Amino acid sequence: MRWLINFLGSSLGQKTIMSLTGLFLISFLTVHLLGNLSLLLNDEGYTFNTYAYFMTHNPLIKTISYGLYFFIVLHTIQGLYITFKNRMARGANRYAVKAKDNASFSSRNMALLGTLVLAFLFIHMGDFWLRMKLDWLPTVVYEGYAEPMSNLYERVAMQFKNPLIVIAYVIGQIVLGFHLWHGFQSAFQSLGLNHPKYTPFIKGLGKVYSVLVPAGFALIPIVHFLLK
Amino acid sequence: MKLDGKTPKGPLDDKWTNYRSKMDLVAPNNKRRLDVIVVGTGLAGASAASTLGELGYNVKCFTFHDSPRRAHSIAAQGGINAAKNYQNDGDSVYRLFYDTIKGGDYRSRESNVHRLAEVSRNIIDQAAAQGVPFAREYGGLLANRSFGGVQVSRTFYARGQTGQQLLLGAYQSLSRQISLGSVKMYNRHEMLDVVKIDGKARGIIARNLLTGELERHAAHCVVLATGGYGNVFYLSTNAMGSNVTAAWRAVKRGAYMANPCYTQIHPTCIPVSGDYQSKLTLMSESLRNDGRVWVPKKKEDVMAIREGRKTGNDVPEEDRDYYLERRYPAFGNLVPRDVASRAAKVVCDEGHGVNSTGLAVYLDFSDAIQRYGKSEANTMGNHNPDAATIKRLGTAVIEAKYGNLFEMYEKITGENPYVYPMKIYPAVHYTMGGLWVDYNLETNVPGLFALGEANFSDHGANRLGASALMQGLADGYFVLPYTIGTFLCNEIRTPKIDPNAPEFEEAETSTRTRLEKILNIKGNQTVESFHRRLGKIMWEYCGMSRSAEGLKKGRQMIRDLKAEFHRDVFVPGTQAEFNPELEKALRVADFIELGENMMVDALDRNESCGGHYREEYTENGEAQRNDEDYTYVSAWEWDDDQPILHKEELIFENVELKTRSYK
Amino acid sequence: MDLILKVWRQKNNADSGRFEKYKVKANEHMSFLEMMDVLNEDLLAKKEEPIAFEHDCREGICGSCNMVIDGRPHGPNNGTTTCQLHMRFFKDGDTITVEPWRVKAFPVIKDLVVDRSAFDRIIQSGGYISVNTGQAQDANAIPIEKDLAGQAFDAATCIGCGACAAACPNASAMLFTSAKINHLGLLPQGEVEHSKRVQAMVTQMDEEGFGMCSNTGACEVDCPKEISISNIALMNRSYFGSVFGSDKGSK
Repeated sequence: MRWLINFLGSSLGQKTIMSLTGLFLISFLTVHLLGNLSLLLNDEGYTFNTYAYFMTHNPLIKTISYGLYFFIVLHTIQGLYITFKNRMARGANRYAVKAKDNASFSSRNMALLGTLVLAFLFIHMGDFWLRMKLDWLPTVVYEGYAEPMSNLYERVAMQFKNPLIVIAYVIGQIVLGFHLWHGFQSAFQSLGLNHPKYTPFIKGLGKVYSVLVPAGFALIPIVHFLLK
Repeated sequence: MKLDGKTPKGPLDDKWTNYRSKMDLVAPNNKRRLDVIVVGTGLAGASAASTLGELGYNVKCFTFHDSPRRAHSIAAQGGINAAKNYQNDGDSVYRLFYDTIKGGDYRSRESNVHRLAEVSRNIIDQAAAQGVPFAREYGGLLANRSFGGVQVSRTFYARGQTGQQLLLGAYQSLSRQISLGSVKMYNRHEMLDVVKIDGKARGIIARNLLTGELERHAAHCVVLATGGYGNVFYLSTNAMGSNVTAAWRAVKRGAYMANPCYTQIHPTCIPVSGDYQSKLTLMSESLRNDGRVWVPKKKEDVMAIREGRKTGNDVPEEDRDYYLERRYPAFGNLVPRDVASRAAKVVCDEGHGVNSTGLAVYLDFSDAIQRYGKSEANTMGNHNPDAATIKRLGTAVIEAKYGNLFEMYEKITGENPYVYPMKIYPAVHYTMGGLWVDYNLETNVPGLFALGEANFSDHGANRLGASALMQGLADGYFVLPYTIGTFLCNEIRTPKIDPNAPEFEEAETSTRTRLEKILNIKGNQTVESFHRRLGKIMWEYCGMSRSAEGLKKGRQMIRDLKAEFHRDVFVPGTQAEFNPELEKALRVADFIELGENMMVDALDRNESCGGHYREEYTENGEAQRNDEDYTYVSAWEWDDDQPILHKEELIFENVELKTRSYK
Repeated sequence: MDLILKVWRQKNNADSGRFEKYKVKANEHMSFLEMMDVLNEDLLAKKEEPIAFEHDCREGICGSCNMVIDGRPHGPNNGTTTCQLHMRFFKDGDTITVEPWRVKAFPVIKDLVVDRSAFDRIIQSGGYISVNTGQAQDANAIPIEKDLAGQAFDAATCIGCGACAAACPNASAMLFTSAKINHLGLLPQGEVEHSKRVQAMVTQMDEEGFGMCSNTGACEVDCPKEISISNIALMNRSYFGSVFGSDKGSK
């Protein structure tokens, strides 16, 4: 086991943790977005509420979601630790003139962007997830379901009537977009998945992803605010 | 006194093999008890230190750089020769030997040169095994190119950085020995004296450049691989730190300086652009494979170019003087370095130089671009290419071959060499002279060895291109590790040398006094300004062409400069700290003394040979050697007032001395 | 041209250091270091202490020179060392800020001179092929594909200046370490020890206190030899292979 501990303690091991957890969170985002897009359907929340019910009651999904929480925590802690170590590696004095044109804004500010994403996550989960878990939400009964379920849709619809919350969500998604802009391709690079033929494709995909996915998420509050 | 080169008897082909087979050896258990100091970590020093470490000696290795990898061998661009005959073009050990002897204008020792040619083959094997990424053909085998002064392709290369790649190979070997503990490395340490006990070299005084502390290091013998002294000219292609101090300190302790006047002026360097200039940049000789050297025939074209009204491209073909091709049809643009340099000087002296200073000639690739462009188009099936296609394809070939050199040229001059012909001019590049050594690479001081450019041994009066890397590595990997045994086999009963011996005491004290003296002058002129003045004197009177009158004058000027230096130099700071100005001052002080030695040597040699060209000794504009009177190595026992000349007769048993002709 | 230089002055490692302003007259043909020479000569004429900076070959290959010029190691031009940077890229009246490499593993010795021996120690930990002098077979006995040799060369072209670590927002030395690992690892001669070498060199790199790569790419932009960041990915791959794909170190 010494070898594994050595590996996880090495710089490359720590980068591996960052990229694997990051990739997991990226794949989660896709699933999350696909489910949440049902908020845009004109069915009074039926699809969304039953989807949320499924996600919180299926034992397999529940297990995965604990994994998700763990990875969010791990990605955060590891990220902050790496940032701290990297600041130490610079030494007592920082450069008086900050270079701008040798690396992108995103890549230079991953820790800041990540912290903002985390802050957004707290607001977001406090708004919905926590209320559902604590059964603070009104319930709704659907045909074919034995018990009443939380009417999460109603909560969403209500929150997104508030322009301040809509703005906060849109900003949150822009920040996420920047984080992904660098994070997506960086995860592959850290895992050593760099190839002259495929890397341009991965980089392109990462850019498309980091625009489309946050845009998809941002669409929900905007549509709700404007149309519903 | 006649010097004995200790050349072994027997036929040339077998000398080294027989000598090596019969020499006394040091047993492995005894090697562990013997300490060796190696000063310098260029190709010769790093390869020697690592090989001696592998053999089991206790090695201490010194460099004034912050890392062994920065030694100036790193800057060699073009390549390394070896008699591999991989190209099946008639190369052989004998041919490499012969080319080197002839290229050196018959002023080198046959036995040494033959040994060099023999071991050249092992060097390539060794370097390839170390992971040196030599250029390769599509079949995966090693590629070669040709260099000046030879008619075969025997030069191995790694793009334009052969020196760096070979040095990294040696440095990595050295690093391995450091990690194994057989070599102890001292970075940022400068050797300031050799310590002799009972006539034998037994240690050095080194200054820790970070703290200024003077350290005593004792060993059973001392190896100097400290490079050449081209920086005596201030402007040269050498690195700023390259210096003669280690070698000159050895001279001050009785070692002989051999042939100091033999200086190689490299024909293809970027011309000087102003007074502030600190160094000159070499453009690899390999460029002469494809570039044609010319100047305008008509003075009005020259004037128009100097005033910026015309460029080289505006001069029609019939008004160009391809003077190398004209004067030397057999070798053309690939004549040896000394010949090419002097020819450039001649046309510039006649007023044909093509930049504002009048000191530049063209190196033109437009013909090569045409030739390669047509051939590329042909391989692509295009038999009637238009001019633009030819130019595009040809330029691509040139870029693949010399891209990094062209880029470097553009960075420095701001001019695009793919469009305008390059401007080049000769510059000091290498010094064939150095510490006198015998066949064992041992100086006249027992236990003091000299390798690589620091010794005088293999290149005679002129070095062929791509032979410096070969000699440095030959000395370090394949010669010294054997020949050092001839000294050390008699030392196996000698206990560890005591660094508290009175001789160490004396050397340390005299070094300290020297440092303090220089610091206490507190004059008004900077070290740099003295160095520049020294360089001007050397270039003027002991440069590309020399005369008895000029040399006498130059010598006096140097003596005056020396007096002025010790009266009026300003060195800030103290001894006991990191003090780069002090380092520079010590080096310049030694350069000044060496400069005088060079003048004295050049004056003694009443002939023109190789890199030594005396205006009085010429025939139809070509150098005129005097084999009758000067077939000897001049080894100087230095004394400021009465330097003593020792001669080592050069005996040629295997080649006939001929006028060197490249016509 | 008249310039104002803001230069980092630091007496020694214990000193805290500060910027000093100097006026200097330069011309556009000078290299940056020659401009520094002019400034130093001016200082010496006033009997002031010259600025210590590292330099040697002045043709972009020894890797000695190391100045951070306006926030960029080796200055604004890509693929250029400080010594190859010419003043024609600056304008009359410019203010130029010159700092040393700021990397904890490269402590400042004086002014702009830093101690880069950490790189030597990384090489000593395994950056070599274990072949003694005289053991080699004929150089043509192992054919190597031209492109592969070229790829190894691209990595081998590293001059060990440390600009990668200086440019990296994390002061990471992974571009250096990976270039060294790949130079040897890509060649058949170096493959034998590759797995061991990767482990040893990465471990040493970590011990020296360099930061961790976050793939910003600043290293490859400021590398004077334009070594590609794909070298780092290749190193990572080799490292995973050496950890998970071999039975070494399992006990």
